[in-house]
Amino acid sequence: MSTIQPRETLDRQINQLFDEVLVMGSMVEEAVIDSVEALKKRDIEAARRIYVGDQLINEKRYEIETQCLTTIATQQPMATDLRIMAAIMEIITEMERIGDYAKGIARINMLMSDEPLVKPLIDIPRMAELGLDMLKRALEAFVNQDAEAARKIPREDDIVDALYNQVYRELLTYMIADPGTIDRSNYLIWVAHNLERMSDRVTNICERIVFVSTGEILELDISDDEMRDKFYEKITE
Amino acid sequence: MKEKYNKIVPKKPNNGKYAIEARQLHVYYGDFKAIKDVNLLIERQKITAIIGPSGCGKSTMLRAFNRMNELVPTAHAEGEVIYHGTNIYEENIDPVEIRRRIGMVFQKPNPFPKSIYENVAWGARMNGYKGDVDDLVEQSLKNAALWEEVHDKLDQSGLSLSGGQQQRLCIARTIAVRPEIILMDEPASALDPIATLKIEELMRSLAKEFTIIVVTHSMQQAARVSDFTAFFTMMDDRAGVLIEYGATKQIFTNPQHKRTEDYITGRFG
Repeated sequence: MSTIQPRETLDRQINQLFDEVLVMGSMVEEAVIDSVEALKKRDIEAARRIYVGDQLINEKRYEIETQCLTTIATQQPMATDLRIMAAIMEIITEMERIGDYAKGIARINMLMSDEPLVKPLIDIPRMAELGLDMLKRALEAFVNQDAEAARKIPREDDIVDALYNQVYRELLTYMIADPGTIDRSNYLIWVAHNLERMSDRVTNICERIVFVSTGEILELDISDDEMRDKFYEKITE
Repeated sequence: MKEKYNKIVPKKPNNGKYAIEARQLHVYYGDFKAIKDVNLLIERQKITAIIGPSGCGKSTMLRAFNRMNELVPTAHAEGEVIYHGTNIYEENIDPVEIRRRIGMVFQKPNPFPKSIYENVAWGARMNGYKGDVDDLVEQSLKNAALWEEVHDKLDQSGLSLSGGQQQRLCIARTIAVRPEIILMDEPASALDPIATLKIEELMRSLAKEFTIIVVTHSMQQAARVSDFTAFFTMMDDRAGVLIEYGATKQIFTNPQHKRTEDYITGRFG
């Protein structure tokens, strides 16, 4: 006869939730890749599909949230288990927002209609790639409860920020050189901005992973601290 | 006989932060060490929950606070329990006086086979209460949130009440002798969920006046009702030890010891 484990049901539900978070992660990842790819190819039809498909990501988020609430209500998780539940609810909210960024990129693609890109996309796909890689590793760190890995990931946000600044300056020169490109350049700045925000969301996710391990909310966004320090200096001058 | 005992006189005005304190306390049943080297400070007018697996010495710890363990012939304690600056285990301390000032409510409601009124009045009369007993009964039943349900049948037997009402009657009986501390040993484990929640709400309102120490098997109850939680567990020699003590919200969301985490998340115990 097999022995009865005291928390088999709770462990099973937590593992299911981890799986669901990973599923949602791959949905979001696909949406971001597709939105940038569609923009690159100026594929309006694909953009439309991504735009509509965002609804599925939202539904997944509510499905996971409901599962979390059910686990909280029926299993009364405590300590780390409880923090995992709280973290999942935050993480799925962050991922839903990342899905919204993909939808935003698809929307920009649709708005640009048949106008060509102001420049070939090089740094923008790179930003998407870096951000998604951060997301992927953050979710791995989450299911493995690896706070150390989660602490390191946000440092890479600086690279994404640097790429964003580069894209921004480059497009600015286009606009200055030829005001006729203002609209099209602006569209791409929005796209880059969406991708820059994506890696900020990953930083938030990493904060939650650290919280699961330590019980403390630690701000991992270093650029935030620098900004705050600068403002503080100004105020106290 | 009673004359040989010294009265416990508060050495300081009764406004210290702590109501009672265990210092390097060991309790034995014969050769068996039931609890080992416990140091525990209980805050005044707060609810402290003692949790832990079966056999970890929770009830022994609770009973050590009013020398109730002495009713077990082989039991003896080493170390100190400091109450009003005095070690209650000193030779000249009257255990009956201690048990009046540190009252107890048990797992199974145990009203006397007497009227509801007598259940509440008896202890106070035994202690030579000089005031208006009718008032005392009414006030105690009100404080125990039972008055509304029984005020028109005070002469009925206490045993005619439901389980939850009987437990509240026992609480009324305990508070009628004006203790400072109330020890509760699984006070709601024999009650249904609604009666349990009533007892828990009652505990919260009693904590405005009394210090409560409660032993419970229900972690949800400890989490719901207490301000502080002490987690006990057994060592290899089966002696109970205090592993972690802290604010309840911290113990249940972010325990510092792995053993506490394992227990409250159901990994052992």
